[in-house]
Amino acid sequence: MSANATFNIFRGDRLGGELKEYEVPVAPGMVVLDALHYIQGHAAPDLAVRWNCKAGKCGSCSAEVNGKPRLTCKTRLDDLPLAEAVTVQPMKSFPVIKDLVTDVSWNYRVNRKIPPFHAPESVEWKMDQRDVDRVQEFRKCIECFLCQNVCHVLRDHSKQEQFGGPRFFVRVAGLEMHPLDDVSRTHLLKDELGIGYCNITKCCTEVCPEDIHITDNAIIPLKERVIDDYYDPVRWFLRKLKGKNNGA
Amino acid sequence: MNEKFETHEHDVLIIGAGGAGLRAAIEALGHGASVAVVCKSLLGKAHTVMAEGGIAAAMANVDAADDWRTHFRDTMRGGKFLNNWRMAQIHAQEAPDRVRELEQWGALFDRTSSGDILQRAFGGHTYKRLCHVGDRTGLEMIRTLQDRGVHLGIDVYMECAVTRLLKDGDRIAGAFAYWRETGRFVVFKAKSVVMATGGIGKAWRITSNSWEYTGDGMALAYEAGAELIDMEFVQFHPTGMVWPPGVQGILVTEAVRGEGGILRNKEGERFMERYDSEKMELSTRDVVARAIYTEVREGRGTEHGGAYLDISHKPAEYVKRKLPSMYHQFRELADVDITQGPMEVGPTCHYMMGGIRVDAETAQATVSGLFAAGEAAAGLHGANRLGGNSLSDLLVFGKRAGAAAAEHAKRSTPVNIEAADVEKAAREMLEPFERAAGDSPYQIHRELEELMQNYVGIFRNEEDLQKGLAALDQLQQRAAGVKVEGSRLFNPGWHLARDLKSMLTVAEAVALSARERKESRGAHSRIDYPKYDETWAKQNNVIVRDGDRMRLKQTPIDEMAPDLRKIVDV
Repeated sequence: MSANATFNIFRGDRLGGELKEYEVPVAPGMVVLDALHYIQGHAAPDLAVRWNCKAGKCGSCSAEVNGKPRLTCKTRLDDLPLAEAVTVQPMKSFPVIKDLVTDVSWNYRVNRKIPPFHAPESVEWKMDQRDVDRVQEFRKCIECFLCQNVCHVLRDHSKQEQFGGPRFFVRVAGLEMHPLDDVSRTHLLKDELGIGYCNITKCCTEVCPEDIHITDNAIIPLKERVIDDYYDPVRWFLRKLKGKNNGA
Repeated sequence: MNEKFETHEHDVLIIGAGGAGLRAAIEALGHGASVAVVCKSLLGKAHTVMAEGGIAAAMANVDAADDWRTHFRDTMRGGKFLNNWRMAQIHAQEAPDRVRELEQWGALFDRTSSGDILQRAFGGHTYKRLCHVGDRTGLEMIRTLQDRGVHLGIDVYMECAVTRLLKDGDRIAGAFAYWRETGRFVVFKAKSVVMATGGIGKAWRITSNSWEYTGDGMALAYEAGAELIDMEFVQFHPTGMVWPPGVQGILVTEAVRGEGGILRNKEGERFMERYDSEKMELSTRDVVARAIYTEVREGRGTEHGGAYLDISHKPAEYVKRKLPSMYHQFRELADVDITQGPMEVGPTCHYMMGGIRVDAETAQATVSGLFAAGEAAAGLHGANRLGGNSLSDLLVFGKRAGAAAAEHAKRSTPVNIEAADVEKAAREMLEPFERAAGDSPYQIHRELEELMQNYVGIFRNEEDLQKGLAALDQLQQRAAGVKVEGSRLFNPGWHLARDLKSMLTVAEAVALSARERKESRGAHSRIDYPKYDETWAKQNNVIVRDGDRMRLKQTPIDEMAPDLRKIVDV
């Protein structure tokens, strides 16, 4: 196998840009990130690409390959129709910095809003593997932000100020369902992360490279917690009565 | 001070945001210091995220007989007694508390049936000792530290690369850096600087390391006058992927062997019987890497030049639960189902035992105000690191470095940065844009990887090392004249041009130390000197800057404290 593949890659910055064509020799088992490295090394030394582990563990190399949000390190060329040019563009929901690199700093700002893990003072640090398993699913997240990229609340409606996005519902789920955590984050979910905007279309779950069942296992149970805390009249009354420090 | 450049002032500047850097930051903050963390990538993407198998700590949750003394003995034996024994003692004693602390900050480890942290077997460890989360322990660790640090209020300067340490006379005064995004320069003023920059694996062609691993911390410290030690000891992990070509070198966790994986050659022989019939697959990494390399060289390698590693005798569900990322990695990148058949594996450059010489108690380097922790520092692992001892190293010595750096800052008078030093650092970065002609940094990097792979690899000899040093000299001259294309906006070619300088400095230190040590010990194997040597058993190689030249000297190993001697002599 020594054929060439053609790549159309977005080159540009905040001010705009265009697709540029590159030829890359194809090797067995090659992934899109290999092709980008080849282009950097031989044709476009200033081609901006984020990457680290090259093994699907760090979530750095997210981009849109033929319009589909992917980790480029896990996108094999032999899974793409190489008779046509392969198009590689930056994630659409984030502002372009340069070429395939986008400004994802908004995610880090959202993360700061989430109250950290906290356990009661005198807790015994014993946990059952079954309880841990449930939370470990959420802890698998590699922060590739592909779920944020495809979420229509962010992608099409730009609700960045009112909505936290699937990544941070996964993070909150990991904290809320930690067997020893004693903080309630339903106030945060409802008011600051705007979980109500999600209408569970599962786009996030479909693109997750870690196969986290974001919608079914994180978002829906969190929505139920918010409903229980805020819209169940008995709970509502009890909360008023006790003045629980919600979301501290 | 130069007003031209964006400037930030902190008590403690931490360079690197992996396990060591973040743990140091949390500790320094706890000591009341204002803390900045600078990292080349986005937060949470540092190399720690790739650590798979686990954290070694004698918690005795699975094997009740384990204690720090056994962990200490295993570490010293694994390091062939070249380790700084005081560091090995501190590490073994403090690791369990560092793991518990991580759990109290929200990390979720796999559990025993009684609900404690589960521990698994690993090479060179007498007992089941590695606390783990499937095969993604590093991700759990970095996420826990990252969230803890951010909520405590650390200032993180992401995608910012340090190119030079700045000094005020003989002491550290800060660092010069650039933002990757814009290419703009930035000056950090700080009384203490902690190097937590990791290793140098990108100088070899077959490596498990990412683009970030260019030896920056070691090279910057060296340029600032700090000593480097044990630089000949580079760990080749026995099991990297070998096929297809694009994934060559990607790590296959030792946990595969820890969970019962078996190595075979193409004839089906369980060849470890010939190299270490007692520990077999769970021998130390230096031994297993040489064994696989030797099998391949002698014609018993697999189709793609490796060995077979097989875990498919275990139930498929068990393999998927304990080694999920290995299962996905092989299925998606190599079309291999590891629950059904063997993986092909071979040695890959993985870890640097050598690095910045530090004080065992405080992690201070030999320059006032400079500290180092994690892979950038040296001493704990001696001639060979045991798997799992790296993550515990990050926590134990990250904490100590952070505390000592904060206390140092409290005791120090304000530092002054000379405008001329800043100007010089800026000039150096701009020059590659101004040259009319020159090599591409990528071309020089490819040649460096090839030369280190061929001349400074697993097996070494005088002739190869001599050739390697001569070739490095040539490459250094060419690297000083590289030409960079494009603008300063997020320009990887430009960044590589600077990283090359660090890689070449560290590569020279490795080759020089390897040529000097005329014996074989741990990860350093000399074909021309295949045995241990009594003289070399008692000294470490030290690299120090002497004007513009690199000088090599030896330093004697301190006599081990008698109570510790009794532990290792058992």
